[in-house]
Amino acid sequence: MSSKLSSPEHWIAQHGDYLFRYAMVKLRDEHLAEDAVQETLLAALQGQKSFAGDAAERTWLVGILKHKIVDLIRKKVREPTLINVDEPLEFGQDEVTESMFDDTGHWVTPCQDWGSPDKVLEQKRFWQILTDCLKRLPPQLAMLYSLREISGMDTEDICKDLDISPTNSWVMLHRARLGLKQCFEVHWQGKEQAGAI
Amino acid sequence: MLTCKDASQLMSQSFDRRLGLMEKTGLRFHLLICRSCQIAHRQLDFLHWFCQRIAADPEHITSMQPGLTAEAQERILKELHRMQDE
Repeated sequence: MSSKLSSPEHWIAQHGDYLFRYAMVKLRDEHLAEDAVQETLLAALQGQKSFAGDAAERTWLVGILKHKIVDLIRKKVREPTLINVDEPLEFGQDEVTESMFDDTGHWVTPCQDWGSPDKVLEQKRFWQILTDCLKRLPPQLAMLYSLREISGMDTEDICKDLDISPTNSWVMLHRARLGLKQCFEVHWQGKEQAGAI
Repeated sequence: MLTCKDASQLMSQSFDRRLGLMEKTGLRFHLLICRSCQIAHRQLDFLHWFCQRIAADPEHITSMQPGLTAEAQERILKELHRMQDE
């Protein structure tokens, strides 16, 4: 324990909040995010010899954290409470998507423009709503969406990992995106209704 | 001729795979004539862009969010010390 680098107190003080917020964005669950930070620092402690010091300490820690987050999501997606493990990850309920189109495949309600939240404050609110809307999706759809869009994982890797076919993943991601779109149409009213959520 | 439902599928899949030439052309043509799908396309595009932005730079959006609680800090520290002692 010679250098400052190896001090857990230093890590927590300097990077704890940053790592936690980073994990919260991707996991949206306090306990999971805390677990991710803990596992990251434990791994960092074990692997500090591999830290050559040529990268910023934070960058190094975030690199570890990214892997831990994906591991946690994988574990979560495979939890038996979410999915019946005896059955492959299936298309799931599709009432949301079905209810958005009529028999001829047209939108039941015309889509409304959102504008684009360009200011940081608006984007914070947008993120807040996105987080809330993700909670309303079926959990496996939300997790799949998270892996793909917020963790930026390859569709190919996701399919291998979750043992689903590419077609299946496209269908599920489509559902997730439409579910979010619908949720936003209800909860995102643009700039004027800042207090309405 | 694509329906809006088909078009929305292609919009979504364009984020996950490379669309074929026929699919691209079909989608483009549908978007030319369908106002609702133009809006849907912008919405899905924005969602995708927004997530990528967040993924690349979470601090941008989260700097006002709470950090680790004191309890969590303590618990994590304890775990780290336990490992150091082993």
